Amino acid sequence: MSGTENQMTGAEIVLQALKDNGVKHIFGYPGGAVLPIYDEIFQQEEIEHILVRHEQGAGHMAEGYARSTGKVGVMLVTSGPGATNAVTPLQDALMDSIPLVCISGQVPTPLIGSDAFQECDTVGITRPCTKHNWLVKDVNDLARIIHEAFRIAQSGRPGPVVVDIPKDIQFATGTYTPPSAVPTQTSYQPRTQGDLKKIEEAVELMKTARRPIIYSGGGVINSGPQASHFLRELVELTGFPITSTLMGLGAYPASGKNWLGMLGMHGTYEANMAMHDCDVMVCIGARFDDRITGRLNAFSPNSKKIHIDIDPSSINKNVRVDIPILGDVATVLEDMVRLWRAATKTVDRARLNDWWTGIAKWRARKSLAYTPSDDVIMPQYAIQRLYELTKDRDTYITTEVGQHQMWAAQFFGFEQPNRWMTSGGLGTMGYGFPAAVGVQVAHPESLVIDIAGDASIQMCIQEMSCAVQYGLPVKIFILNNQYMGMVRQWQQLLHGNRLSHSYTEAMPDFVKLAEAYGGVGIRCEKPSELDEAIRQMIDTPQPVIFDCRVANLANCFPMIPSGKAHNEMLLPDEATDEAVANAIDAKGRQLV
Amino acid sequence: MSAHLQPTGSAYFIAKETELAETHTLSVLVDNEPGVLARVIGLFSGRGYNIESLTVSETEHEAHLSRITIVTRGTPHVLEQIKHQLERLVPVHRVVDLTVRAANLGHDRPIERELALVKVHGSGEHRVEALRLADAFRASVIDANIEHFVFEITGKPSKIEQFIAIMKPLGLIEVCRTGIAAMNRGPQGM
Repeated sequence: MSGTENQMTGAEIVLQALKDNGVKHIFGYPGGAVLPIYDEIFQQEEIEHILVRHEQGAGHMAEGYARSTGKVGVMLVTSGPGATNAVTPLQDALMDSIPLVCISGQVPTPLIGSDAFQECDTVGITRPCTKHNWLVKDVNDLARIIHEAFRIAQSGRPGPVVVDIPKDIQFATGTYTPPSAVPTQTSYQPRTQGDLKKIEEAVELMKTARRPIIYSGGGVINSGPQASHFLRELVELTGFPITSTLMGLGAYPASGKNWLGMLGMHGTYEANMAMHDCDVMVCIGARFDDRITGRLNAFSPNSKKIHIDIDPSSINKNVRVDIPILGDVATVLEDMVRLWRAATKTVDRARLNDWWTGIAKWRARKSLAYTPSDDVIMPQYAIQRLYELTKDRDTYITTEVGQHQMWAAQFFGFEQPNRWMTSGGLGTMGYGFPAAVGVQVAHPESLVIDIAGDASIQMCIQEMSCAVQYGLPVKIFILNNQYMGMVRQWQQLLHGNRLSHSYTEAMPDFVKLAEAYGGVGIRCEKPSELDEAIRQMIDTPQPVIFDCRVANLANCFPMIPSGKAHNEMLLPDEATDEAVANAIDAKGRQLV
Repeated sequence: MSAHLQPTGSAYFIAKETELAETHTLSVLVDNEPGVLARVIGLFSGRGYNIESLTVSETEHEAHLSRITIVTRGTPHVLEQIKHQLERLVPVHRVVDLTVRAANLGHDRPIERELALVKVHGSGEHRVEALRLADAFRASVIDANIEHFVFEITGKPSKIEQFIAIMKPLGLIEVCRTGIAAMNRGPQGM
């Protein structure tokens, strides 16, 4: 290639670099500092741009897109407010390890630092909420930086990156460097292959375990379909019970016989009891989050712990482990499965019989039970019916944050990875609907449902306009109880049931709201009419807001109250008003 | 109003720290690119780690590598986290805990040196005394007139602390310190 062929403007370089990195869709919002890039978008057809209504929506759409495809999500925002509005999804993606490339416009280089119109210190503001970020100062660096951005976003522990491009750089002409010509940074070389000695040590320990458990997390999903495949194989070969974090649901099928359900604060009794009583814990791509461990000094006190993770800083961060294995989940599990197969003859499977008998007793406790009602729709029932009526379809589920999210995790059965998009680490209300729009862009023929709460959905409801514009038939299934349910539940538990500002006195008419945006609204108030209403929602080829009126004061159980250990759960049948009020003793309340 | 009715509870679990804090010196080799120092110190402030001393300068000009020396204080568990968190930053090449390395090599601690400029009033009896003490500490005079001295002193931080303390009653005006530069004894690099 001659030198002149590779000469392009910065804006052209951006589009070329996106194409060369396999980008098909970007989510964005125009503004002064990105107009040259938008002008290039206008003049090409390979990349489809989805116009959002708020930059936060663009970020969550890119997250949903990334999480459901395993590809990098791309967002494009302008300088100043465009960039600051992107901060929430960037931090969300950082905490949930979602590969995201955010391209932001910046005021022209000579104006940086002059408090110019729509200027902000984007790299400064986004430094702690990205895996890495760049301010491009020379158009000849632009292509290299974008290629590096894609590599860093998706390799190692995935995460968000920001490339901030001043407007003069977008206009300037420079040389385009293709991805193959960009050397990898020597300082960033994530390790994927696990230490074989450690893996052997882990297998030896697992062979002798009498009360083992596998605790898997979002890292299995991030590692790709192969990781889920090997995880399933490992469970099958070892006969170990398996539980998973919120982020890891679907890596092992909910219908699998070794499945204990989700663990943690709102996890099942059997999962948490097994975690507490196990003698060997195999943590795969999870990070011992505080919602998982409960009181740390009472967390699984008698177990040897194996931890597989690609991020060295996740190891020994919250919980000391005995055998750390640094590497990519899929690669490590492949080795582990191979070593286990070679050792199969020496493994006595009957040694687990007592353990499984114990687990069966915990299961019999039916920790997810709730009191059904013929008069009002119980939120758990609503999720169960939604699951039953959609499980045979090609379905993707996203959620907002709160009680509905936990009920969705508890009652919706996920059989495959990448089918469940939720904001786990940051807990971002307003995540679910834009994420669903992003999923629908990637999977136009699939059924995409955002399970929402009446409070969360109002945080990014404006994207209805986007869904209607692009004909994306996303379904919003609102469990409407008029409260910020999880806030109300905590106020009941911790603050003497003083419901300070957790009741929404003025609620929009969601049916009319859907119609105002050009979508379809459905309301259902009776359990007897629910199935028909859900079928109607599924059959509607437009975006739908489903206002499902549910019992107002239902609590989400089981629950590990603060200051308690895994074996001190609050179960639904024990959760009388008095028990709830006293669930957290004075000592627990004093925790800051 | 009703706060006294019930103490507030929490959605978080806090465990008491039982380990004792230690002071360690870290060497961090980084690409000398814009913002790299902000990334390092932002990580410390963002995660609540301590910085007791920080020095940074480009040490390999051709490779554009800078060496940052950080003295930090934390429990062994926190110190391990600091190392891993630093390694996670993209422009960071290597992180070495010099204090741990020194212990492994059988040394008490790494070589740590600091430079200070110390300005002192110097007239009358104090003038002679200041000069005599400076000589004992091997501090050199780099500026003086009949009313003041500026001393340059290098050495272990404890020596510099001591020198400053002694100069105080003699009319200390101001002090500027570089922070600690450190490396381990022996033939190996970091």
